[in-house]
Amino acid sequence: MFDMLAKRALQSVLVLFIMSVLAFVGINLVGDPIYLLVPPDAPQAEIARAAQQLGLDLPVWQQYGRFLGNALHGDLGNSFIFNRPALHLIFERMPATLELAVMALLLSAAIGIPFGMWSGMHPGSLVQRLSSGFSILGVSVPVFWLGLILIMLFSVSLGWLPSGGRGPTRSLFGVEVSFLGWDGIKFMLLPALTLALHNIALIMRITEASTREVAGQEYVRFARAKGVGPLRLIARHIAPNVMIPVVTVLGLEFAHLIAFSLVTETIFAWPGMGKLIIDSLLQLDRPVVVAYLMVVLLLFVLINFVVDVLYLILDPRLRARSA
Amino acid sequence: MTMQTPAIPKFDAALPETPWRLLARRFARRRAGMIAAGFLLLLTVLALSAPLIAPQNPYDLGQVWIMENEKPPLATSSDGAHTYLLGTDGAGRDMASAILYGLRISLGIGVVSALAALAVGVVVGLAAAYAGGRIDALLMRIVDVQLSLPTILVALVLLAVLGQGVDKTLMALVLVQWATFARNVRGAALVERNKDYVEAAMGQGLPAWRIMLRHVLPNCVAPLIVTTTNQMANAITLEATMSFLGIGLPQTEPSLGLLISNGFDYVLSHQYWISVFPGVALVLLVVSISVVGDQLRVVLNPKLDA
Amino acid sequence: MALLEVSALVTEFHTAAGVVRALDRVSFSLERGKVLAIVGESGSGKSVTAFSLMNLLDHPGRIASGEIVFRGEDLRSATESRWRALRGDRMAMVFQDPMMSLNPVMRIGDQLAETVAIHHRNSRNEVNGQVEEALRKVGIAAPRERMRAYPHELSGGMRQRVAIANAIINRPDLIIADEPTTALDVTIQAQILYEMKQLVQTSGTALIWITHDIGVVKDLADEVCVMYAGRVIEQGLVADVLASPRHPYTRGLIDSLPNAGAAGARGRRLYSIPGSTPPLLALPPGCTFAPRCSRAAPLCATVPPAAIEGERAFRCFYPLEVA
Repeated sequence: MFDMLAKRALQSVLVLFIMSVLAFVGINLVGDPIYLLVPPDAPQAEIARAAQQLGLDLPVWQQYGRFLGNALHGDLGNSFIFNRPALHLIFERMPATLELAVMALLLSAAIGIPFGMWSGMHPGSLVQRLSSGFSILGVSVPVFWLGLILIMLFSVSLGWLPSGGRGPTRSLFGVEVSFLGWDGIKFMLLPALTLALHNIALIMRITEASTREVAGQEYVRFARAKGVGPLRLIARHIAPNVMIPVVTVLGLEFAHLIAFSLVTETIFAWPGMGKLIIDSLLQLDRPVVVAYLMVVLLLFVLINFVVDVLYLILDPRLRARSA
Repeated sequence: MTMQTPAIPKFDAALPETPWRLLARRFARRRAGMIAAGFLLLLTVLALSAPLIAPQNPYDLGQVWIMENEKPPLATSSDGAHTYLLGTDGAGRDMASAILYGLRISLGIGVVSALAALAVGVVVGLAAAYAGGRIDALLMRIVDVQLSLPTILVALVLLAVLGQGVDKTLMALVLVQWATFARNVRGAALVERNKDYVEAAMGQGLPAWRIMLRHVLPNCVAPLIVTTTNQMANAITLEATMSFLGIGLPQTEPSLGLLISNGFDYVLSHQYWISVFPGVALVLLVVSISVVGDQLRVVLNPKLDA
Repeated sequence: MALLEVSALVTEFHTAAGVVRALDRVSFSLERGKVLAIVGESGSGKSVTAFSLMNLLDHPGRIASGEIVFRGEDLRSATESRWRALRGDRMAMVFQDPMMSLNPVMRIGDQLAETVAIHHRNSRNEVNGQVEEALRKVGIAAPRERMRAYPHELSGGMRQRVAIANAIINRPDLIIADEPTTALDVTIQAQILYEMKQLVQTSGTALIWITHDIGVVKDLADEVCVMYAGRVIEQGLVADVLASPRHPYTRGLIDSLPNAGAAGARGRRLYSIPGSTPPLLALPPGCTFAPRCSRAAPLCATVPPAAIEGERAFRCFYPLEVA
């Protein structure tokens, strides 16, 4: 089992490496980054000096070497706009994005799984048909429009929830988080719900399909044949088998949630990584874009790895296969 | 003893039952699918005929007056000449017209990018399936890696590299979508490739591309239809999202996403129509495509028919 | 008083294509400690009989009419919780495919312990002891270590032994075995057959053995029921039925057995009954075997009533002569 994990770890490192090359190429070589610092009509001497400072006069592979070396030291360059280390900017905003993504994940699980399981065990029921309709809507409605509607409904019309921004934060292990109190959670609800919608629909669908398959398996009938009651049947026989694919999807979707928070953060003016990246992109602040991509990719690889491990834990059949 | 004349089978003058007709008939029986298809048809017609039926061309500055701005739905214009069915936006443009033009652009971009991605994906998928071995493994690795990344990130990166503009957005959309097509086509083609008729064709000495295109591909069409509809819906949504964020189409080609984005600030001042109506149009478009795709999926795979 | 009395049992499936009568007035009885074999081709209704007896029919199946009296108790009027109390405790079932019938994510020891725990309030040690004992009885070596195994870690034969252990662990009055050896190698089949016979003899449990192979009936069963297209067309003591079958179908089944020992048997073509079982949605009127029967006559277009001669019963207007 461990050599399988080691192989996966190695693959992940390889992916990261390739990605760093692609990021470097795409961001630093396409177009002419020098003109971001220096106006095009500046005297030659100034351009040359700026180029030397940035190392743009060095051969490409040397530039990449510098890039990689710096990256491994945690230095991904300074933001052109803020003139501070790009990585710091990202890390400052990361807790905000992460807490939103985690809340969205929890919401998807809390809503998607029960409805999905019920639908899977009672095909043709009203709940199942409503869930089915909901899940089609859920994957079709664009996230940003949903956010709009929610704001209209809950903020503008009903005035229950704030329409944007992040609430007051408290310090948890030195990190500023806003979920420790209702005043903070209030601000998180709408954005998290918006972010989660697509995911809820997906989890509902997958859970339903998985439950339907598991419920029809012989071992469920076998359990009933020895007198297992409905509650125990669900808890010890159906759910553990249903959860195997569902948990892996949840894990993988977490990565997607972090990415899609871009849109949600823009709508709700949530000060996370996503909003930063959009602004940076529009202002051509390339170091920040690169830093963001590398951080997000690293997160992805980590998440994928964790999901692989989880999968091994949940399904004993895999442990044997890889042994 | 009377001789019984054998019963002559009645000549059925009805049309022969081709697979397409069978498909159409099965689809026609599905209510949800027909309703969605109807909507889709309506929206397409509206989009295509926008220049003809829109009350005004909202992007012709000569037809737009700033004094007409922010009028609610069903308000009449200052000169009493026409009613703004869906109100006007911040610059005085008639929302109904803007939506029609926006529909045109959204639908156009979605369909074109999906079809282009389909073409690329088909070529790559067929090549991978036919070549097999290491080429197949390599291509599928690339596909897997790309598919494991969220589309929005890929689009983001591409737009950062390529810059802005209609053609660049199209390119980005195609580059985001081709992987799904490639994977689906390769899967279906692999199944077909192992069938006897392919061996027979190879035995006849037909060149590879001919076998793949004229023999294998037609048999992969069924799942491809479903994938294409899904991808169109995804492309439209993705483009709308990018435009909403300001990194998609330029302001001169306002898709529905841009309209929604423009109207966003007005929501807080209760002038919802500037954002909500384009949104409804977008949702209707995407939902109807999704439902049609979903129904097609059920119809094409009889085992799923509940 | 018989342990189990089944009278005129009718089981129907209400499908979109019509009502399928899987069991048509099936009747038999079983004494304590006896072995009854139910023989038939696929589609004859043998598995449906097993599931009907345990009330484990899948939707859209249901028992339409008839009586099931077990230990003097009328089961058709029993509540679901009464059924659950009986299943696994007083009546147990062994399924056909042990790979599918054991829960893949639960250790076999836990699955067996579950069977005990839901019916008896024993201490953990007692339960473990019972599990070990059951595993030992079915011939599994080193039961204490084996308990911790997952189903996929065992061979097919061992898995079926576990399934049998599951059936006997609460010392039920009745075990229903639905083609328990069909999915196993021929050599294992013989072993399991023998061991089941031993178990049944030593414990005094009644056994219903469902099979398509009339050959195994000889060594194992006391009585046999032959089913065809949902009807019992012949039943009686095994020795009698095999020696002188009255129904042409039974004769056909016996004749189809490869008999290498018979004189001149080698090199001769194997006999098989011409035709195939009718689809249950389109049963012929009257005797369902008539289309394939060489002795059919116009009278066979009406349903033959059950002719009873002492211990024997058969449904045929033109039965074979007593040998």
